[in-house]
Amino acid sequence: MRVRLTRRQESWKWGSCLVFLGAVAFSLGLSALLLAAQGKPPLEALRGFFQGAFGSGYALTDTLRKAVPLYLCSLGVAVTFRMRVWNIGAEGQYALGAVGATWAVLTFSALPMVLLLPLMFICGGIAGGLWALVPGLLKARLQLNEIISTLMLNYIGILLLEYLVYGPWKDPASFGFPMTEQFPAAAVIPRIPGTKLHWGLAVCLLAGAAVWIWLTRTRLGYELRASGSGPRASRYARMPYGFLVCLVMAICGALAGWAGLVETSASAGRLQPSIMAGYGYTAIVVAWLARLNPLTIAVAAFLLAGLRVGVENIQLMHQVPAAFGDIMEGLILLSVLAGQFFTTYKVRLRRETPVPGEEGA
Amino acid sequence: MTWELLIPLLAAAVQSGTPVLYATLGEMITERGGVLNLGVEGMMLVGALTAFLVAKATGQPWLAFVAGGLGAAALAAGHALVCVVFQGNQVVSGLALTILGAGLANYLGTPYIGQSTPGFMPFDVPLLADIPALGPILFQHDALVYLSFFLPLLVWLLFHRTRLGMHIDAAGENPEAAKAAGLNVFGLRWLAVLSGGFLAGLGGAYLSLAYTHLWTNGLAAGRGWIAVALVIFAFWRPGRAVLGAYLFGGVMAFQLRLQASGANLPSSLLLMLPYALTLLALLFATLRGVRSGAPGALGTNVEPET
Repeated sequence: MRVRLTRRQESWKWGSCLVFLGAVAFSLGLSALLLAAQGKPPLEALRGFFQGAFGSGYALTDTLRKAVPLYLCSLGVAVTFRMRVWNIGAEGQYALGAVGATWAVLTFSALPMVLLLPLMFICGGIAGGLWALVPGLLKARLQLNEIISTLMLNYIGILLLEYLVYGPWKDPASFGFPMTEQFPAAAVIPRIPGTKLHWGLAVCLLAGAAVWIWLTRTRLGYELRASGSGPRASRYARMPYGFLVCLVMAICGALAGWAGLVETSASAGRLQPSIMAGYGYTAIVVAWLARLNPLTIAVAAFLLAGLRVGVENIQLMHQVPAAFGDIMEGLILLSVLAGQFFTTYKVRLRRETPVPGEEGA
Repeated sequence: MTWELLIPLLAAAVQSGTPVLYATLGEMITERGGVLNLGVEGMMLVGALTAFLVAKATGQPWLAFVAGGLGAAALAAGHALVCVVFQGNQVVSGLALTILGAGLANYLGTPYIGQSTPGFMPFDVPLLADIPALGPILFQHDALVYLSFFLPLLVWLLFHRTRLGMHIDAAGENPEAAKAAGLNVFGLRWLAVLSGGFLAGLGGAYLSLAYTHLWTNGLAAGRGWIAVALVIFAFWRPGRAVLGAYLFGGVMAFQLRLQASGANLPSSLLLMLPYALTLLALLFATLRGVRSGAPGALGTNVEPET
């Protein structure tokens, strides 16, 4: 059998969908095999996984709550990826957003909610945005590789958060636990009446709509992708490349910062290390799976949030370590990446000289 | 700082720089073949776990060491499959590889947390260990450290004295031209990714077999990412990789000592040091305006014949 490849001329309408589903099924199959190899009942575990993630109203709420920070982070990541700025620093920007918002809470704890919450959003956004602006400036001015600088800043940002909650910001009444004191009620994002969801969800909708309009309804948004090819191409956008890099980085940082703020305020109610749950890294998975589109990112964020919740469920039911979720996440992303090949190329097998061991991709 | 303090510090720098050195050289080979693999952290973790498990099962440290390399190379094959065969984005695939590798190591390693393993013990190299200053710094380690002394030289020889090395460079510099010249670019890139993974796995194996002698989750603790950074810092040159790795090892060792000496500095701030310094070193190297020497086609895939 010989493999013949032809480039697809027109886009394959159902292809992306089909490939995505195929890739997910493939990774679920591999995960089931891994479970079976460990002596766990694979089908039962997978059923528990889906039930835990999407199977009940309670599960869906839980998934939706986890989707909020994930969505905000990947929205920002997608904006930078559109420009081919490989920002993998959402994790650190998320940490800084949480720190910035907490600073606002600790400093202005007496303010009423109408003032304090907006102030938290401003401080969290600025802190995350500035943290992202550093690698943006370094890339724009000195061509310093942003993959590395954002990564190093992730570690530094997370350690800064830990320093604060272990040191200067530690609640003296916390029995030695690394956490700030409980936020005043004015600093906690309230719940949507009648549900267990909080208004952070509305922030997602607003931010998502804003980014969507920016990317698809404005000239600059259209041309971001073009400027990804470098300084010369960015002239199409009538803006210097360096400025655009800094702009997308700052936007991403602010959005990731908001994710950190929402998680700190609405879910934890105080700053503590456990808010660092790897959303910033998963955001990259989400952004890429969704092909950098703000609408599909919502779907992908929901699904990957479901993965986290579902794994928690099989962790309880079958004593499967939480790391199993990372395995599934990695497998899904790798399979989807490989699968995208089939949306670009048509693969045909032709019987010519039979070559053993050479398979049709 | 006195000699009595400085010499153990430098010796510790060599030891904690060694796993990073293995990984950095591995990533260097991969990148010179034109493939960026951000999965080093994941590969190191898989290497560390494979080595740990094999050492525990067989009691053969050398076998375990090689197995660590092979385990990571198997994971790297996933990256090669996605990027070389299926044309996936190298940045994203590498990240996925780290997520997958870390997940696998934590998932399969969880039952072994805190358990110890037979591994490599330090011994003095006859004669050399007695050299003042240099002896204690370089020649009172374990066999894997001594092995790592030869590695940069081997990598240098590969790229400067062998046809294979030239071909790998060609596949990374200008794959289309290399193809036109009749080279098997896909094969060369596979080789670069797999051997890079193998070396990253050896670095990981060093951690479980010689550095800690026991399993904990997240053993690599960011060293894989440092290795990715050091390749840039080293301008893709093996000699400078040694400098970078030991510099990083030095900061790590310094940080640990400062903590142990009861200095009244919070550990989180000290732990920032290696990352901050790596960033600063990178910045300094860039500011000096040295030509970076990045492979021309780094990060771009080679399209298949259609």
